[in-house]
Amino acid sequence: MSDVAIAAMNASLRKLGNPSSLHTDGRATRKDVEDAREVIAHSIDCLPSEVIFTGSGTEADNAAIKGLFWYSKKKVILVSSIEHHAVLDPAHWLVEHEGAELIEIPVTATGIVDLVFLAEVVAKRAGEIALISVMHSNNETGVIQPIADIVKIAGDIPVHCDAVQSFTKVPLSFKNLGLFAMTISAHKVGGPLGIGALILRRAVELPPLLHGGGQERDIRSGTVNAPAIVAFAAAVAAHEYDAEKVQALREKFESGVLALRSDAVINGASAPRLPGISNITFPGTQSDSLLLLMDAEKVSCSTGAACSAGVHRPSHVLMAMGLSDVVAQSSLRFSFGATSTEADVDFALSVLPAVIERGLAAHSVGRR
Amino acid sequence: MKVIAAMSGGVDSAVAAARAVEAGHEVIGVHLALSSNPQKYRSGARGCCTIEDSHDARRAADVIGIPFYIWDMADEFHEGVVENFMSEYAAGRTPNPCLRCNEKIKFAAVLDRAKAMGFDGVVTGHYARTQESAAGKTLHRAIDPLKDQSYVLAVLTREQINGAIFPLGDTEKVDIRKEAEARGLAVAQKPDSHDICFVPSGDNAGWLRERLGSEVGPIVDQDGKKIGEHKGAYTYTIGQRKGLGLTVPASDGSPRFVLKIEPVSNTVVVGPREDLAVTTMRGEKPIFCGPEIGAAPLRGFVQVRAHGAALDCTYYLDDNQLVAELDQPLLGLATGQAMVIYDGDRVVGSATICETA
Repeated sequence: MSDVAIAAMNASLRKLGNPSSLHTDGRATRKDVEDAREVIAHSIDCLPSEVIFTGSGTEADNAAIKGLFWYSKKKVILVSSIEHHAVLDPAHWLVEHEGAELIEIPVTATGIVDLVFLAEVVAKRAGEIALISVMHSNNETGVIQPIADIVKIAGDIPVHCDAVQSFTKVPLSFKNLGLFAMTISAHKVGGPLGIGALILRRAVELPPLLHGGGQERDIRSGTVNAPAIVAFAAAVAAHEYDAEKVQALREKFESGVLALRSDAVINGASAPRLPGISNITFPGTQSDSLLLLMDAEKVSCSTGAACSAGVHRPSHVLMAMGLSDVVAQSSLRFSFGATSTEADVDFALSVLPAVIERGLAAHSVGRR
Repeated sequence: MKVIAAMSGGVDSAVAAARAVEAGHEVIGVHLALSSNPQKYRSGARGCCTIEDSHDARRAADVIGIPFYIWDMADEFHEGVVENFMSEYAAGRTPNPCLRCNEKIKFAAVLDRAKAMGFDGVVTGHYARTQESAAGKTLHRAIDPLKDQSYVLAVLTREQINGAIFPLGDTEKVDIRKEAEARGLAVAQKPDSHDICFVPSGDNAGWLRERLGSEVGPIVDQDGKKIGEHKGAYTYTIGQRKGLGLTVPASDGSPRFVLKIEPVSNTVVVGPREDLAVTTMRGEKPIFCGPEIGAAPLRGFVQVRAHGAALDCTYYLDDNQLVAELDQPLLGLATGQAMVIYDGDRVVGSATICETA
């Protein structure tokens, strides 16, 4: 969490008023929340009334997928095969419990949704499609999706976009993209955990997931989490993310990796990508071994996916791009952010060769 | 040393990891995921492959203050342990899957991977001891006779024992629970796991029937005369008396016991109690946990079940098979069981019983 967000949250935590109360204290907190809403709206080019605060990005995704399904009264849901589980799982839930039909839009080998496939499905079944949901950029590979093209193909069909990963990293305009709904989250942008937002087009009244006081446009009930909202906006307003600097760090890291391991593969390298994500396959290794060894060197990286018991699973994103389960399980994600430095990159590169050697040895005994 | 602590989510492995840290080792906790479809909760006291267990293991590692990871050994476990369990039963033998898991998974797959990654050994919560001697590191019984697990560790080679650390062997279980409590480990009162972890219901016969089918076959006496029918030969064990459902009484009216299971003809052979008596057993593929033995007869003990008695015997190696001649006959011994030889409390080695007389 950024210093400005911590300061804003601390100041807000002292305020007594519930923003839904009518007395002076309540109105004071309400003003802070509405100021924050305007900051967020401005940052994403939407109307303040289109910002609905939620308890997480996952909640916003659920509200959008289930809400648009019920709102449209149609049966077919289209999502890309590389969506986050916060989108995939509610879609599968609707199939199991609400009679939905799910069509997954495949991606190319570079990780971009197949627009030809999408256009064909839309041409054949436009009248049956409840919604289309495609993420703005993928959380594992950083590959940026052609959302404007998707909205064009969709025509009148509502399109939702999970923009959690892209928000503040690349320019985003809710209005210009022509979306029905979009998801953002605070903790990815230097804000606190446990606060997100559903950006929902004006006058689209979705059936709510949570019923109660109707605090957020009658679509999301629950006491408004003013300190978290204020901190979210403070982090967004400060905008400490320097995309050019982060991209330079990633490029330095990737060229360093390729110089050390000529067999390493940067996944999605030829596609437009977020500045700070690098997904790399190290052939002949198992990424959970690499993670352990990197962690022991105080370098945090990620293996992509784990089941609820914590077992490392091949990434559905990499497999959708055509990688085999074995290759998918030898891939690691490295992230670079606002606080990353050249020294961090140099250090990660300095420990990498020994880690890969040990990872190769560990994998070869495992296959004996 | 830099070591991996195998943490099941139970109290024993949690205390073992904590003791290893205190002994000055650099410890990393690893939970082995052995099932590709883990259940959410343990039913009763069974199983080591649930989501709850992996959470408990993680929590224990956090309290102890060590890094923690989950290693997926589901494929290795299925191939090395579960499939072996089924094929052994299908072949008319009675295997011990815990022994197989130690041999193939905990001290093979895990230890090999750990060593390749730069670790020196594996810590587990098994109740057993090791001692340094002139002949190298040797494996011994735990001091708590009720918890002693040296039997299921007797498949370890000297090299594997060199890479194994058993911090609990010198303590009684009741004290381990107290120690866990004192260390603030929430698993202190978690029930012990029993039976076979991949058979959550505890109904081994039912589990085998589901997977191997239940082909009806004859129950015969020693003369080969059919006297009854069974529903799948592998659901019987040598020495079993109850549940045979025989209607024809023995000529002398004495009870009959399962003497033999013949998988190829799907036949169960029954007979009188005295015919169960075994005085000699031979085991194949011997493994020595310490110094190897030769053809010269030695005096010691043999144990054929995890918590069975240590039987006085003379043992030796013959044609690369381990032979034990018992002082007193033993009733009901199945091939496929492990015979473990002890010299006092030291584990000499083990072999899989292939022949009895």
